[in-house]
Amino acid sequence: MLITALDSPDLYHARMQMALSLGWHIVIACFGVGFPAMVLFAEWRSVRRGDADLAALARTWSKAMGVLFAVGAVSGTILSFEMGMLWPGLMERFGEVYGFPFTLEGFAFFLEAIFVGIYLYGWNRLTPRAHMLTGIPIVISGIAGAFFVVAANAWMNTPRGFRLVDGRVVDVDPIAGMFNPSTASQSVHMILAAVMVSAFCVASVYAIGMLRGRRDRYHRLGLLVPLTLGVIATPVQIGVGDWIANVVAEHQPVKLAAMEGHFRTEEGVALAIGGIYLDDELRYAIKVPRGLSLLVHHDPDAEVIGLDSVAPEDRPPVNIVHLSYNAMVGIGFGLLALAAWFAYAWWRRRRIPDTPWFLRAVAVSGLAAVVAMETGWIATEVGRQPWIVYEVMRTEDAVSTAPGLRYGFYAVFAVYVVLTAGSVYVLRRLAGHHEENLAPQEPTAQEQTAQEPTAEGRAAR
Amino acid sequence: MSAADAVLAAMFVGLTAYALFAGADFGAGFWDLFAGDRRRGAPSRALIEKSIGPVWEANHVWLIFVLVVLWTGFPPAFAAVASTLYIPLTLGALGIIARGSAFAFRHSVGSPALQRLFGACFAFSSVVTPFFFGTIVGAVASGRVPPGIARGDVLTSWLNPTSILAGVLAVMSCAYLAAVYLCADAHRQGEADLTEGFRRRALLIAALTGIAVAVGIAVLRSDSRALFDGLTSRGVPLMVLSALAGAATVALLLTRRYAASRVAAAVAVTAVIWGWGAGQYPYLLPGALTVDDAAAGRTTLVAMLWTLVLGSVLLVPALVYLYVLFQRVPRPRADVGRGGAS
Repeated sequence: MLITALDSPDLYHARMQMALSLGWHIVIACFGVGFPAMVLFAEWRSVRRGDADLAALARTWSKAMGVLFAVGAVSGTILSFEMGMLWPGLMERFGEVYGFPFTLEGFAFFLEAIFVGIYLYGWNRLTPRAHMLTGIPIVISGIAGAFFVVAANAWMNTPRGFRLVDGRVVDVDPIAGMFNPSTASQSVHMILAAVMVSAFCVASVYAIGMLRGRRDRYHRLGLLVPLTLGVIATPVQIGVGDWIANVVAEHQPVKLAAMEGHFRTEEGVALAIGGIYLDDELRYAIKVPRGLSLLVHHDPDAEVIGLDSVAPEDRPPVNIVHLSYNAMVGIGFGLLALAAWFAYAWWRRRRIPDTPWFLRAVAVSGLAAVVAMETGWIATEVGRQPWIVYEVMRTEDAVSTAPGLRYGFYAVFAVYVVLTAGSVYVLRRLAGHHEENLAPQEPTAQEQTAQEPTAEGRAAR
Repeated sequence: MSAADAVLAAMFVGLTAYALFAGADFGAGFWDLFAGDRRRGAPSRALIEKSIGPVWEANHVWLIFVLVVLWTGFPPAFAAVASTLYIPLTLGALGIIARGSAFAFRHSVGSPALQRLFGACFAFSSVVTPFFFGTIVGAVASGRVPPGIARGDVLTSWLNPTSILAGVLAVMSCAYLAAVYLCADAHRQGEADLTEGFRRRALLIAALTGIAVAVGIAVLRSDSRALFDGLTSRGVPLMVLSALAGAATVALLLTRRYAASRVAAAVAVTAVIWGWGAGQYPYLLPGALTVDDAAAGRTTLVAMLWTLVLGSVLLVPALVYLYVLFQRVPRPRADVGRGGAS
C-alpha cells in the first residue's frame, strides 16, 4: 500500500508533531498553574470586602479558567499518546524509570479535574467559604502536576535511577530518577514561568481594554491583580535563571555551549549576545569580555567547556538554541524593566502609571512572556539533541519506525489550527462579556432564553 | 498475586471506570447527535449538558490514568500498542480534542449558529472516538499487535472484523450506558417526558447491542479463534454475568426501576471488560508478551502500588464528593456584586 511505501523512520515529522502539540499544550498548561490562584484571590477579596468588581472579575476569570482547563485536558491527552506513538523506543526501554513521575502527575491531574468541576459548577451550590476551599486543591494540584511533568523532562537531561548493563536497563529506582540533578532548578523555573505567562497574559487583556478607553475600576483591578503577581515573580525568575544556567553548565556543558554559541573550550570566555554561528564560530555577536566565565562559574578566569569537547555528530544545532536562549533572556529582562517601572510608580503614587506607553507595554507583556517560555523550551529541548536521553539514547533511536507518521503530523497540525482559532475566539468573547449572572458554567437567564428552556428555566418562569 | 498482577488489576479498574463514566459521557454525545432538530432535541440536549458538564473532565482522566500505569508498569506493551496502532490512537486523540473543546466552547459562544456548529462537533466526535478505542481493544485482543516497535501492520491491525466489531460494540455500549444513566437523571428531576424518551432509547439500544453480540460471536469464531476460545473457556462466567446483567437492565427498565437499572447496566459492561482480561490472561499481547515479561522492575512496581494506594485515599473521597454534589438540587448563593441575587 501507498502508506507502507513511505520512508521510515520519519524523525523530522515526529519531532515537528511533538514540538507542535507540546508547545501548544504548554501555553494552556501555564494557566492551570498560575490562573487558579488569581481567581481564588479575587473571589476571596470580593467576599471579604463585599467588592462587586472583584466578584465580577472572579466569575469572568473562572469562566475563562473553565475553557482553558477543558482545552488543556484534551490537548494534554494526545501528548500521552504521542509518547508511545512517536517515541516508543524511549518508552519501551525507560518507561519504568521515566514514566513514574507521570503516574504521580496522573493523580495530580485527576484531583485538579475533580475540583475544577466542583469549583466551576458549585458556585451556586456551596457557601462562599466552602466554594473557596474547593479552589485550593486546584492551585496545589496544578503546581504539583507541573513539578511531576518537569521532573520527567529533567530526567531526560540528567538521567539517573538506573544502570545500563550490556544495553539493558537494570537496578531501576524511579524515585532517584525523579529527583535527578536537574529537577529542582527546572521545575522551579517552569512553575515561575507558568505564573508569569498567566499573570502577564491576563494583565495584557485589561491593558488592551484600558487603552480602548475602558478605565473603570473593574478594568484597573483586572490589570492590577495579575500584574502584581507577575511583578513579584519576575525578579525571582531572573535569579532562578542564574541557578538553572549553572546546573546546565555543570551537567550538560555541551548544551550550555550551544546556548552561548561557544565553540572552543578555554578560560576567561566572553559572553556573546546575538550573532550567527557559522563554521564553528559565532560571528557578529555583541561580546562581554569574560562575561560567560563570570556568569557560569562566578569567576572571570574560569574555564568554560565548548562545543569542541564532543564530536560534531554529538553537537546540537547551535543557531536555533543560541538565539532562542537569547530571546528568552532578553524578554526576561524586558519584563523585569516593566516590573521595576510598575513597582516604582506604585511605591511613589499608589496607582497604575497613566501614560499609554505603560499600558502598551503591559499589553504586549503577555505575548512576550509566552514567547520567552517557548524559546526557553526550544533552547533546552533542541539543546539536548542529538540525545533524547542525554548521552544515553539518541532521538533517532527512540522514534517510531511505523510508516506514514507525516500524515499524523498533518492531521494534528490542521486540528490545532482550528483549535487555536476556536480558543482565541471564545476567550476574546469572554473578556468582552463579563456582566453575567449565576455560576460560570451554568447558562445565564438570557442565555437560557436564547437557547432552550431547561427544567429549571421552566420552573423559574 | 504478584506485584505485576496487582498493577495490572489497578489498570483494569481504571479502564473499567473509564468505560463506565467517560463511556457514558461519550454515549451522551451519541444521543445528542440523534436528539432531533433544534426545537425537538432541546430538552434532551439540556439534560445531557447538565448531566455531564461538571464531571466529564474528571471522567476523562481515567484514560490518562490507564496510559501512565501501562507505560510505567508495562513499558514494552505500551510501546508495541502505541506504535503499531498509532493511526486509531491519533484519530481517537483528535476526537477527544474536538469533543472536549467543542463542549467547552459551546457554553461561551454567542450566536446560535456557532452553538449548533460546536454542538454538532461535540456530538459527532463523541460517536467516533469510542469506535477508534474499540478497534484498539479489538486489535490487541485478536493478537494483531506483536511485541516490538511498530512490528504490526499499521492498517490491518485495526481494520479487521474483530476490531470493527469491538469498535461498534464500544459505541453501542457507550450509548447504552448513557441512555440508562440519563433515564435515571431525568426521572430524578421529575422530567416525565425525558425519562420516557431515554427509557425507550435504552431499551432499543439494549436490543440492538444484544443482536450485535450475537453476530459478534460468529465474527470472533471465524476471525479470532484464540480470543473466542479464551472468552468461551475462562471468560465464560463473566460473559454469562454480562448477559444476565443485560437482561436484568431490560427488566428493570420495563418495570421503571431506574436507579437499579444503572447498576445492572454498569455490571453488564464491566463483565465484558473483565471477561476480555480473563480471556487473554496471562498475556498482555496474546500469544506473544506475558504480564511478567512486560512488567517493570520490582522497585518501580512497588513504588506504583504505594502511589496507587495513597493516591486513592485522596482521589476516592474527592470523586464521591463530586458525584454526590451534582446529584443535589442547587440553592442560590447570597452573594455580592453583579452576580448573585442582587
